[in-house]
Amino acid sequence: MNVYIIGIGLSPPRKISPEVSFREMIYEAAEKAYLDAGIEPKDVDTFVSLSEDYEEGTAIFDEYVPDQLGAMLKPVHTICADGATGLASLFAQIKTGHFKIGVLEAHSKLSNILYHSHVHAMALDPVFVRPLEINPYFVAGLEMDMFLDSRGYDELDTAYVVAKNRTNALLFGRSSFGSFISPEEVLLSESVSDPLRELDIAPNADGACVIVIANEEIAKERGRDLIKIAGIGFAEFTPNIERWEGDAEYLKVAARKAYSKAGIKNPVKDIDFAEIDDTFSYKELQHIEALGLVSFGDSAEALKEGFFDLGGEFPVNPTGGNIGNGNTSLMNGLRAIYDAVLQLRGDAGNVQLKSPESALIATWKGLPSASGGVIILRREG
Amino acid sequence: MKFEGISLGLKEFEKEIKVEWKGKLEYEWDCGIALSKFMEGLKHGKILARKCYACGRIMIPPRMFCERCFRPTDEWIELGDEGEILTFSVSFVNWDASRRKKPEIPAVIRLLGTSENMGILHKLGEVGDTLEEVLKNVKIGMKVKAVWKKEKEREGAITDILYFKPIKRRK
Ligand SMILES: [Zn+2]
Repeated sequence: MNVYIIGIGLSPPRKISPEVSFREMIYEAAEKAYLDAGIEPKDVDTFVSLSEDYEEGTAIFDEYVPDQLGAMLKPVHTICADGATGLASLFAQIKTGHFKIGVLEAHSKLSNILYHSHVHAMALDPVFVRPLEINPYFVAGLEMDMFLDSRGYDELDTAYVVAKNRTNALLFGRSSFGSFISPEEVLLSESVSDPLRELDIAPNADGACVIVIANEEIAKERGRDLIKIAGIGFAEFTPNIERWEGDAEYLKVAARKAYSKAGIKNPVKDIDFAEIDDTFSYKELQHIEALGLVSFGDSAEALKEGFFDLGGEFPVNPTGGNIGNGNTSLMNGLRAIYDAVLQLRGDAGNVQLKSPESALIATWKGLPSASGGVIILRREG
Repeated sequence: MKFEGISLGLKEFEKEIKVEWKGKLEYEWDCGIALSKFMEGLKHGKILARKCYACGRIMIPPRMFCERCFRPTDEWIELGDEGEILTFSVSFVNWDASRRKKPEIPAVIRLLGTSENMGILHKLGEVGDTLEEVLKNVKIGMKVKAVWKKEKEREGAITDILYFKPIKRRK
């Protein structure tokens, strides 16, 4: 039995959102998604919501989930996971045959956190790492240093990622983080944890996103926009930062699983474009290599040659990725799914690619994690 | 009966090696449309609710959407500050679990004019300082009225209402 995405809704990412509460923001995204899917919340059989209590500032946050989704007295489960892992959890429920329609929700109110570095710190090992009392961005600095060194890349290479994604976001026109910026200008931004600079970091943003999925029967009844979840995989590495190898091992495993499910032999040939986590600029290149889109050490050159540009052979982050749209934490993966569905439906406006039929989405749980997942979407008919 | 072993007190635990962390976990939550208006109302001594025309419920705290009908709510309604006690408890423990002499009395109060089971959580006052007094003075279903902070001291918070006190009836 196949599973399809039948509805998407977004309260777009933005720097701050004082005009709405998290409930009102999620309600907006849910209303749009249900309208898009042509359903009412009473038709939904099961809900999965992604959140992290420290980011919400509320413990047992799952209790706060149902109302604004229309999920009262329905099966709801809240997990702290990236978008692909969350979708996989919902996908598995539909696959059992006991549920026909499922809803995936994630949101961000990062602007409400006064000391984000302290929330990040709560994720670091309390015995070995936290007592060093260094701003947790050092984790990305360390990994970036190792990644660049092992490939012979430099900071200008990753600056190209920032320039591409900010420009794509400007062209797409939804985000306030878009700008025409050159890689050289990126290098003028301040150092955060060398070699990581301020502009290498996707800026924090608020927003909400809801995705509706359904079994084959429901999706085909609905008719239009048949977007199949053709493959999915997810994996976690170790929380011990000192064991990381700088190669995004989690995505290698997740990609292998997703590709084999979707029958993909050569991802660049068999898939048309990708939404790839770029919460830090180097992450995009690291993830591109882990996904096997190019060989080890070849991503920077390919990027500079325009291979991943809007008009390139294999566009990556055509709407601007997290650098261009903002870092919405666990919602990043849902924003990526949302934008991939826009492309597959032909609704991506200024950044619309030429009738793409399949999309790759790679998500990462964020700092300081080593977990993520891969989704393959395919348009049918 | 005598138990074998060593009794452990704070001293014994202090000898063990431990790691301590004090994170700065601070937040400023956006209240949004519904709650901002509600809090603004409190500042002016008003209790504001939202009504859903589909199910007819008058909701407090207010919401811009009805979670039952899954549609936007329709109208602001100003409620009086009198209601009845739906449930209450008498709390004798502080945050650190030490005993309090004078209890706190949390209660759910259904404000007159709201729908059934639509209460707000607050505290009761002027009902006694001992368990016996409180239990004698407070009954479920009893009518109560808000006691407000002085207007100058109100800041747009749930604590602008100090507590609810019984409405005394003339005999
Ligand atoms: Zn209603």
